[in-house]
Amino acid sequence: MSELVKITIDDREIEARVGDKLLWTALENDIYIPHLCSIKDEKRPNASCRLCFVEIEGVDHPVTSCTRKVEEGMVVKTRSQRIDRLVKTGFELLLSDHDLKCAQCAANRKCALQTIAKERRIKLRQKRFKLIERDYEIDDSPAEFAYNRSRCVLCGQCVWADREEAKVGAIGFTQRGINRAVTTFEEIPLADSICTECHLCVDACPVGALYYKSDLK
Amino acid sequence: MSESDSQAIYEKLYEEAKKKIDAKENKAQVLVGTATCGVSAGALKIKEDFEREIKEKDLDVDVVEVGCIGHCYAEPLAVIAKPGHPAVCYGYLDDGLVHRLVEDFLAGDDPSYEYALAALERNDVFPTFEDFPRGQYEHKLILENCGFIDVRDINNYIARDGYKALSKALEKEPSAVLEEVKAANLRGRGGAGFPAGIKWEACIKSGQDEKYVICNADEGDPGAFMDRSILESDPHLVIEGMILCAYAIGAQKGYLYIRAEYPRAVGHVQEALDQARAKGLLGESIMDTEFSFDLEIFQGSGAFVCGEATALVNSMEGNMGMPESRPPRLASQGFRGKPTVLNNVKTFAYVPYIINRGADWFKEIGTKDNPGTAVFSLVGKVNNTGLVEVPMGTTLRELVFDVGDGLRDNKEFKAVQIGGPSGGCLPESALDVPIDFDSLHEAGAIMGSGGLVVLDENDCMVSVSRYFLEFTQHESCGKCTFCRLGTKHMLDILNGITRGKGDAETLELLKELAEDVRDGSLCNLGKTAPNPVLTTLEYFMDEYKAHIEEGRCPAGVCRELILYYIEPPKCSKLCNVCVGSCPTEAIFTRDDGLKEIDQEKCVKCDNCLKACPPEYNAIVKLSPPVLPPEKEKTAK
Repeated sequence: MSELVKITIDDREIEARVGDKLLWTALENDIYIPHLCSIKDEKRPNASCRLCFVEIEGVDHPVTSCTRKVEEGMVVKTRSQRIDRLVKTGFELLLSDHDLKCAQCAANRKCALQTIAKERRIKLRQKRFKLIERDYEIDDSPAEFAYNRSRCVLCGQCVWADREEAKVGAIGFTQRGINRAVTTFEEIPLADSICTECHLCVDACPVGALYYKSDLK
Repeated sequence: MSESDSQAIYEKLYEEAKKKIDAKENKAQVLVGTATCGVSAGALKIKEDFEREIKEKDLDVDVVEVGCIGHCYAEPLAVIAKPGHPAVCYGYLDDGLVHRLVEDFLAGDDPSYEYALAALERNDVFPTFEDFPRGQYEHKLILENCGFIDVRDINNYIARDGYKALSKALEKEPSAVLEEVKAANLRGRGGAGFPAGIKWEACIKSGQDEKYVICNADEGDPGAFMDRSILESDPHLVIEGMILCAYAIGAQKGYLYIRAEYPRAVGHVQEALDQARAKGLLGESIMDTEFSFDLEIFQGSGAFVCGEATALVNSMEGNMGMPESRPPRLASQGFRGKPTVLNNVKTFAYVPYIINRGADWFKEIGTKDNPGTAVFSLVGKVNNTGLVEVPMGTTLRELVFDVGDGLRDNKEFKAVQIGGPSGGCLPESALDVPIDFDSLHEAGAIMGSGGLVVLDENDCMVSVSRYFLEFTQHESCGKCTFCRLGTKHMLDILNGITRGKGDAETLELLKELAEDVRDGSLCNLGKTAPNPVLTTLEYFMDEYKAHIEEGRCPAGVCRELILYYIEPPKCSKLCNVCVGSCPTEAIFTRDDGLKEIDQEKCVKCDNCLKACPPEYNAIVKLSPPVLPPEKEKTAK
């Protein structure tokens, strides 16, 4: 799998390993592509956040770069009118279901959503879609951290950390459709679940849905 | 293993079956259509009535349950086959008619043609279904046996050349089966129309030993019942098709993924599997060859998205029924990570015909790039609802106006909704589009699995697109951003429009969002969910505009944009029907004896409109919901 080939991303020639995912090749080469759900070691990408679209020469529709493997001679564009429009809509859709109170958020200034907004020059306070109202309670039962479900963007980073790194399995995806959520089994507070409070999930959360209480001042 | 073994075994099976069936056919038989469509119209009661009447008269007549006869508009249906007469089909049965038929036809010898729909075989006395105007358009292939064979006895299927294709195939190399299916250019009937042969070949090329064959019978489109009817009416056809596929690709195990809401289909298929196994047609060493293959039923638990290939496999593996990104395709990495062929019920049903009669014969039906037939469940505001099978390339106009005999109550045609919630609404101007995968796609709809809903002037297109979007939004698994949130916002916008809320920008946003959900979603549920919205925006923009610009629902459907009004000149002082029909006591009698509706109390249930006797026809729907000054409430 370590065969090196040349590909072009945004007019830059890059040496890349065949079989690597395009998204990670780009990121390693300091080419930014918005992404939330992608996990480098995950065998079958989740491909659920739908933000990492790119255009590939010869493919007539936008492609998610987290699922696309590097191939010899690939010519990739990370920006185009079509890509920008899709990413903007996808991003604004996520924000329509996100409790946007950056000043009161532990992830302020290190939030992945802020990064995307800055890189792609999209306003965080979107106006196209009506905000979806949720009345989730904050679960602050663990000693050091808390979980604010209204900030969760369902990227799955915490679930991966909990299952694959911590090997605990306290949290997972539940429900379907618009009610899909990350919770504990039977939605009990984290402290009452099998959670060991190793806080690997907190470290994995890109948006401040899981956060250290000490970061909130 | 000598080559002629399977042939010899088959001939023995065939002789046995033929003898049994002939013996039955020598006496009179009553075949009652008891697929789910018939049962819901009361067919089981009709069957009991026949049995009771026959017993009372002490007649030697068998009453047999068969599947869907296809003329669902006339349910409950039964066929009476009596030696000396052509087999005749009767519709609209009730206990009185059953009594009459038993007395006059079975006990006596008068076929009572005045009650007959059609004969089933050519004769000199009564027309057949083929003589119906729709007969010249229909081409029954995979529905050939439906409604005419006893589904609960495998001998019926065998006596009609069932499992002959399997015996022929087993004499040849597996590759011969694949080549035949490839040559026939059989396109997958699940909706996308991907060539089955190519899929099978990809599975073989994976080079792995362990492979699976899965039949997708998770039919979930509102208004679609083709797959259910075939499984209920001719399960062996699908089973034989699956065995042939397994032989071609070298699979050892297969599953029929049937939704649990189809208990009759599950029951009939299970019985069929048991009987096939008992005859050595399924399981270890099929027809004494070295080929072994077994089938099992897996019952889906109700999620529409599980009809999507990767979600279906996930649900079979015990995971959440959610789609994955593809590739890898199932053909290389499917069920339990092994190469898997997943085809629709109808796709498998064509295979025995292709093997029996050859690819060239198959290609003569339909069009060049879309050979074969298309099966539709024709529903909605059309006279002849039911299960129809027409050659590919038949136009929508022929299907609606000739096969379906036009619209009910002489209403004006508005649109066909084709392909279920993933399909589109096509207007009158698109009616000459030939029915095939490519032409429909070009028109903005999809073939889908074959649901076809006919809409008339009383249907509001905004409301229709809202209905389908509500369905897909509810069925979205929630995994990806566009489908989870995009469909939610689209539905919110549509809900607003049905209330007259919105402006030109709202429509622009709806269109943009629909396009982005189509382009950005992970699986085909999300990618196709905007189709009803996009097609109605394209073809019925005037209706959207009427809602938001004039606060008017042209079809008079959207409740917040209409009101009910009793026209005084038409109202009779002597009639009180509307008052009694109103559940909220909104209708009152004025001092002058005429009736009037208290708009504050009215919940727009439509009861009074239906109740008002046709000779008065005094109640009208007004849209926009504004009472002209002289019509305002006069008394309380």
